[in-house]
Amino acid sequence: MEADETSIPAADSARQSQMLATIEAGLSEESVQKSGLLVQMTGITKRFGAFTANDGISLGVERGQIHALLGENGAGKSTLMKILNGLLRPDEGEIVWNGETVQFKSPQDAAKLGISMVFQHFSLFENMSVLENIAVALPGSIRQNGFNLGKLSKRIEEVGEAYGLALSPQRPVYSLSAGERQRIEIIRALLRDPKLLVLDEPTSVLTPQEADALFVTLEQLARKGCGLLYISHKLDEVQRLCSKATILRGGKLVGECDPRSENVRSLAAMMVGTHVPEVRSQALHKIGDVRLEVEALTLPAPDMHAKSLNHIMLSVHGGEVLGIAGIAGNGQSELFAALSGEALAPQARTILIDTMPVGQLDIESRRALGAAFIPEQRLGHGAVPGMALSDNLVLSRHGTDRLDRYGMVNFRRARRLSDEVVSKFDVRVSGKNPPAGSLSGGNLQKFVVGREILARPGVLVVDQPTWGVDAGAAVAIRQALINLAAQGAAVLVISQDLDELFSISDRIAVLHEGSLSAALPTGQVTRETIGLMMAGSEVDDAA
Amino acid sequence: MRLELVPRASVSPIARALSPLVAIVLAGLMAGLVIALMGRSPLAAFDIYIREPLGDSWALQEMGMKMIPLTLIATGLVYCFRANLWNIGAEGQYTMGAIVGSILPLATQGMELGRWLLVIALIMGVIGGAVYALIPSYLKVRLGVSEILSSLMLVYIAQLVLDYLVRGPWRDPKGFNFPQSVMFDAGSTLPVLFGDGRLHAGLILAIVAVVVSTVVLGWSLFGYAIKVIGSAPKAAGFSGFSAARISLMVFAISGGLAGLAGIVEVSGQIGQLKPSISAGYGFTAITVAFLGRLHPLGVVFGAFVVSLTAIGGENAQIMLKLPLDLTTCFQGLLLLSVLAADALTSSSIRVVRTPKKEA
Repeated sequence: MEADETSIPAADSARQSQMLATIEAGLSEESVQKSGLLVQMTGITKRFGAFTANDGISLGVERGQIHALLGENGAGKSTLMKILNGLLRPDEGEIVWNGETVQFKSPQDAAKLGISMVFQHFSLFENMSVLENIAVALPGSIRQNGFNLGKLSKRIEEVGEAYGLALSPQRPVYSLSAGERQRIEIIRALLRDPKLLVLDEPTSVLTPQEADALFVTLEQLARKGCGLLYISHKLDEVQRLCSKATILRGGKLVGECDPRSENVRSLAAMMVGTHVPEVRSQALHKIGDVRLEVEALTLPAPDMHAKSLNHIMLSVHGGEVLGIAGIAGNGQSELFAALSGEALAPQARTILIDTMPVGQLDIESRRALGAAFIPEQRLGHGAVPGMALSDNLVLSRHGTDRLDRYGMVNFRRARRLSDEVVSKFDVRVSGKNPPAGSLSGGNLQKFVVGREILARPGVLVVDQPTWGVDAGAAVAIRQALINLAAQGAAVLVISQDLDELFSISDRIAVLHEGSLSAALPTGQVTRETIGLMMAGSEVDDAA
Repeated sequence: MRLELVPRASVSPIARALSPLVAIVLAGLMAGLVIALMGRSPLAAFDIYIREPLGDSWALQEMGMKMIPLTLIATGLVYCFRANLWNIGAEGQYTMGAIVGSILPLATQGMELGRWLLVIALIMGVIGGAVYALIPSYLKVRLGVSEILSSLMLVYIAQLVLDYLVRGPWRDPKGFNFPQSVMFDAGSTLPVLFGDGRLHAGLILAIVAVVVSTVVLGWSLFGYAIKVIGSAPKAAGFSGFSAARISLMVFAISGGLAGLAGIVEVSGQIGQLKPSISAGYGFTAITVAFLGRLHPLGVVFGAFVVSLTAIGGENAQIMLKLPLDLTTCFQGLLLLSVLAADALTSSSIRVVRTPKKEA
């Protein structure tokens, strides 16, 4: 592609400069008011099967307002934003835009009204320049007439300067930092002349300095009358930036407030909740010896999207459930892989199972020592979707259940064992031995959990045991974990769900940025403390 | 609006067994329609394509001869394809197997060393194909090179090596400058099975390969690991299988069987090396493997259909003046029908009206 100034008809060219001028004027043309209600979502409900992701949520954003949408992972923020962006249609509820009820059939409908999104994950072509990446995503209305790379390049520089988003249009994307890549996404959004800009955890990949620069830009946009919806769980940012916050938990609206008049503790409390939905069965059982121990585990990140683990220390006793809290992407999968043996530790003595050094052993050797593992992803990691349940049983138990004789698999025995899992863990299946992929999330998770628990492990490591699972199955799974511990096993639960951790753990530690805090007895910490630690705040008076 | 394939919770075994038959009938009807549109009688075509070869001993033996290399290669490919590894270079491994397998018979030609030479030649053929297949596999495992491209490109290298050998160092000095080697001794030639027919003992090797592979793929932990790696690599890691080791092993097996097919073809049928030792068997075997739904027993069926239509196609060309391309066209129709029938047996079609995304 090449800039070709002469081929542009004068009229189109004029039209484009006018349009871009509107952008530069910062949305302050006569049609754009600087205050007043911009969008109101009322009673939004969205269900996925039996799971209600959004339950009667209302949310209003005013012009010139930076509005925070707070909530833990799985609280329903993304679903709500996908509805606002036209990616999903609500089952109930309405969206009023500038006083008019609107229905989005597609993201294009939302874009036409001026709703722009900046996603957490970038969609950029690595080998193309900044300019090309922006050009390729421009809406047809800008592109069809008077499209001109030379002018676009100039506009990018101008808009960049006006909003402090310095970017050289000719640079190839692969040479840019995460912060610079995000600027591309924001400039893309700005060129669409947005009335409402939605940012989904924009600082999660930024350095503190880059984040500061972003805040200046966002405040500038707000002053010019653009409404901003800022999704985050970083409370200090929200306090600094936002004048209003809507808080979701478990798909429900739990509150609205002005974050500036709250403190971080009260916000965290609203976010993570204070009610305890299920009480631990306090059957008396002995806490035994240490069965799983991690000694100063440090692992570099295997790739650029992963987290490194820094000096992880932990120990789990027999009869005990250790909970590891933390927001997704803070090293949970990496820690799980290191514990399971899917990633090997640098030294054998770094990880001990029943005092045996296992850091250099693979997953099957660790299973042979009595460990069992339940990964976060059910489909494709913990189970093969296309394979029948009995074949999926073989997956983790071929070495430990005499299923493998002279290299041949005893599929009949596997079938018996899998039927045992199905009946003991109340896995609802259609058909007799259906493929794993045909089960609902909750039922498949019950199968995977049951498969590992019926192997009678001495050590169980489980990552997000009830992620995306309906409430009934979640209770059953938690109960099974507690019961396993009561029988003397060491259970390590990695979870983002604080309610879950508080209801089943004896001690809780927090994983943040690949580092693990000391484990605190569950009775001696509050949700607020843990919530703050999850959000990365330093808590000195932990109690 | 778009269409979505939704996996069925349970598939009746009867439907699964009948689906290839339905596919054959459908493909036959479509081919009949094409033949009718070309102004020939579909019934006469059916007669020549299918019925006549099946009733004729010579044609049956010819079919068997085609089925031997196709079955051997396709059975090997089943290992790779089940592991989701795309060995497109079986043709090259076939050629390399023929070359390496021919080293001893050619070097000792005229000495009449006896039967043991044949056994060594066959083993060397297997090794030649296996080692040649390990090149793309090793490149993939160590450096992440796409095995599709590298295995395909190695085909041309193998063919050029063969071309060089039969025009250069291995050319028969009494061959009137034809690019071909000397003829193998009787001792290094695969024996013929029935009297004065042409069908050779390669058939037994093919049957053994199919039976062993059926057991290995269906009931062994290795076969299970291949399936897991093919459908969910992370689950394979969770299960404790090493993707790299299995990738190397399936390529070695696949290449070994292709190499065996190569030396079997040379020592059983052709009797010498020349540039045209393959009728594209390595590529046709890809179709055969999928016609057989990536199952060794299915491969026999696939090889049968492809060989039958190939023989029938030659007859139809002579008797009905139908183009030979029609055979390829029919094989394509058949493959599509089999794959479609398979997909529709295990999944049902759902019409989705609105764009919808999972949360």
